[in-house]
Amino acid sequence: MSRTRPHVRFQDPSIELAHGAGGKASRRLIEGLIAPYVFESGTELRDVAEVALAGGRLAMTADAFVVKPRVFPGGSIGELAVNGTANDLAMGGARPLALVATLILEAGLPTEELEREMAAMARAAERAGVAIVGGDTKVVEHGKADGLYISTAGIGLVDPRVDLSAKRVRPGDQVLLSGPIGDHGITILLARGEIELEAELTSDTRPLWPLVEALIEAAAPGLRWLRDPTRGGVATALNELARDARVTVVLDDEAIPVRPEVRGACEILGLDPLHIANEGQFLAVVAPEYADAALEALRRVPGGASAVRIGAIEEGARPVVLARSRYGGTRVIDMLVGDPLPRIC
Amino acid sequence: MRYVDEFRNAELIEKTAQEIRRRVDPSKRYRLMEVCGGHTFSIFRFGIQELLPENIELVHGPGCPVCVLPMGRMDDGLNLAKDPSVIFTAFGDVMRVPGSHGSPLEFKAKGADVRMVYSPLDALKLAVQNPDRQVVFFAIGFETTAPSTALTLLRAREMGVRNFFVLSNHVLILPAIRAILESPDMRIDGFLGPGHVSTVIGARPYEFIARHYGKPVVISGFEPLDLLQSILMLVRQIEEGRAAVENQYSRVVPWDGNRAALAAMAEVFEVRPFFEWRGLGFISQSALKLRPEFAPWDAEVQFEIAGLRVTDPKAAQCGEVLKGVLKPFQCKLFGKTCTPERPVGALMVSSEGACAAYYHHVYARQAVGE
Repeated sequence: MSRTRPHVRFQDPSIELAHGAGGKASRRLIEGLIAPYVFESGTELRDVAEVALAGGRLAMTADAFVVKPRVFPGGSIGELAVNGTANDLAMGGARPLALVATLILEAGLPTEELEREMAAMARAAERAGVAIVGGDTKVVEHGKADGLYISTAGIGLVDPRVDLSAKRVRPGDQVLLSGPIGDHGITILLARGEIELEAELTSDTRPLWPLVEALIEAAAPGLRWLRDPTRGGVATALNELARDARVTVVLDDEAIPVRPEVRGACEILGLDPLHIANEGQFLAVVAPEYADAALEALRRVPGGASAVRIGAIEEGARPVVLARSRYGGTRVIDMLVGDPLPRIC
Repeated sequence: MRYVDEFRNAELIEKTAQEIRRRVDPSKRYRLMEVCGGHTFSIFRFGIQELLPENIELVHGPGCPVCVLPMGRMDDGLNLAKDPSVIFTAFGDVMRVPGSHGSPLEFKAKGADVRMVYSPLDALKLAVQNPDRQVVFFAIGFETTAPSTALTLLRAREMGVRNFFVLSNHVLILPAIRAILESPDMRIDGFLGPGHVSTVIGARPYEFIARHYGKPVVISGFEPLDLLQSILMLVRQIEEGRAAVENQYSRVVPWDGNRAALAAMAEVFEVRPFFEWRGLGFISQSALKLRPEFAPWDAEVQFEIAGLRVTDPKAAQCGEVLKGVLKPFQCKLFGKTCTPERPVGALMVSSEGACAAYYHHVYARQAVGE
């Protein structure tokens, strides 16, 4: 197969865990090795692809779920597998329609657990308004997988009113966030039981389409870009935006909503909430004249009450994300390198 | 959040910054060293340098445990991880530190049993749960973490756990400060004393710095207001011609330290005659090893440790940066072959390292013309 010339060269001799962590290393793997083989050159790399059909645009996406532990406060792998893919479609401005699911089971997985996860998938699909229409099941030897992996692929119908692309983002545009960040990542970290920390915290996994639909109704002409900040968190999502749109993103540090439990855990472990994963929040960039209407619309949807403006797009000589604090200090918000690691010593 | 929000109060921060600007003598330069990596991190995270007048220069000191760990020591530890009977445990801080043949995380990806722990007690728990394996805790840190290693070893002895071992890389902050004070290119006017270390050792041990070297010391907390207050206290001392040890972080740091923690350390550890610090070289009586009574739990006794010495890549100037002689960006490798993603020197690994902090917070900002 021919290979287009990559902007980034992937020179790592083997695949490490960091290549799957959603940060810089992941980006290098995708841009430097995978994309040059499988995509036409110049393809904008997004979580969702569009296919033009007579009479409309179809959105397609796929995602794989290998979370540990599989059950955590506020959700489980089955629920994530539905919401994750449905949300990627929503981030493409598409109403999620149907999913197919591939299950990779490790021999020895208790039937009871599989049954629970299938029920969780069914409930999540109903809530998200998508149908699970097919899939595949494979069983691998004991020790060749970790219990249960789920991969889902989905299609959705792109709302004809939207045109989403980093390339449409302009200086002056406003950055909106749907609600408090870090809940999912910190919940998972605590659920692994490795830290003696307890908090009343649950994962934020939920379908995002109802919020996106309200946003489209209120602000479609000014809606430029959507992204759910999953692995790598808000910092990584906005760094990718800064790079793809060649702009500077300036955040108001104090405006970013973070629950006290998440902030506390981050302070103790030396983590930055901006690097922590979310499964039920999204970032939107809207034209300034639509920002108020967009926020109002989001806040009227159940679960959207804490939607807030967190920053703006500025002209930038170099694509970078900055956060300004109220007393005037500025810091650069970098992409995550590998997984966030706690600082102890 | 209590104890955090009141120390990030914008109004008080601005007031304190104004007071500093009012107090400094514009004809003078003030070179203040923050000894502790936690302070370095906070200074960059909160943009403290921007709030200070230009003639106050913050010099980043040696108080980042993974930054001063020689690569050979990391190799010694990772050699143990190659043994399939060994579970190698360490704090998250250590997981990305490069050894000659990769970091602990890279060893893990290649199949070694490497596990991140949040406390040495977690490593001891692993030993109890895996009686047929040998659990090695790669201990790192200043007096901040040494007491928890000591308490864990006391617990291991009490429980009679024989498959738990500590490879001690614990170092002491005072000999490092003394080495900097004795260094011929030393031009420091005052020290921000480390906060966490001082919760253990107290404020009293710093008195020699004021008495013998005539340099003021202010022990500081980690929030923006803490740091500005401490800098103001240093400026006041310098302007009044005084040199004393003062404690800004008295809400946490007792003057005489934590006696229980010090007693546990004294029971378990003894001072090594000398120890190599990355960038600073060999410093006498600057590190801790296990006392002979704890030999059954001492990885240095129970395993074959090569005692590897690996010289840093020639072009890397970690030592000069550590001593504050060079700014991170003045190093030939900075931002080119040495980045947080592919660190050559340890100062680029830890977010408390001066180079990583510069890379994240200053370099990128200068690049956008801020």
